[in-house]
Amino acid sequence: MPETHTTKIKIANKLGLHARPAMALVDTANRFKCDVHVHRTDSDEIIDAKSIMSVMMLAATEGTVLHVEATGTDAAEALEAIKALVKRKFDEE
Amino acid sequence: MKLGDFIAPKALVPQLESTQRDDVISELVDALVSGGVLDAKLRDDVIAKIIEREKHGSTGFGKGVAVPHVKHEKIKTMAATVGVSAHGVDFNALDKAPVYSVVLLMSPQDSPDEHLQAMENIFRNLQKDTFRRFLRQASTNEEIMDLIHEADNHQLQS
Repeated sequence: MPETHTTKIKIANKLGLHARPAMALVDTANRFKCDVHVHRTDSDEIIDAKSIMSVMMLAATEGTVLHVEATGTDAAEALEAIKALVKRKFDEE
Repeated sequence: MKLGDFIAPKALVPQLESTQRDDVISELVDALVSGGVLDAKLRDDVIAKIIEREKHGSTGFGKGVAVPHVKHEKIKTMAATVGVSAHGVDFNALDKAPVYSVVLLMSPQDSPDEHLQAMENIFRNLQKDTFRRFLRQASTNEEIMDLIHEADNHQLQS
């Protein structure tokens, strides 16, 4: 059974998850073999974190909390990488 | 927020003449000026900023669409236009394929949430195969606006 890891991230960027940080998230997720999905805590809509078109649909403004779920052998590392990116405010600020 | 709230019907370009990315951007910004949505004084700066943004990271996100955009301190009201190219334009897209539909968005500097809502709406529609297909087939302003209204009224299937 492939491992599933989950975490929550909070968008701390003033401008939210606009195109540039969204792309950084997608690029990060795509570095890993596991599936990575995201959804807002206030929505059931599951977003593929490896697809920029999907991630742009999150409209994740500053303060938005997102559930992140990764399934696969490198799932734990994927989540660590994503958490680090979020902590660095996507290298924007 | 609906697409019709910020897409300017008088600024649409259903038959883009330009075939190069930067010319397409200029053509769309000129349409915003002649459509009365953008002050002509800002034209050059807006074009320069959009191109600069584009160089940092292509907004050609794949599937034949591109969403060049700018946040500008002199823009007071968010506005967008749509252009369709029959020829296809190289936007250095993620999937390396030509771009046929361009949605160009201008946002005020200090409205990040509104900008995100607009992007969400644009992307939600560009995700749909039917929306992209119909948009590519549109050859008049009316056809583009009809599609926009159908999308806003959830009349468009995926």
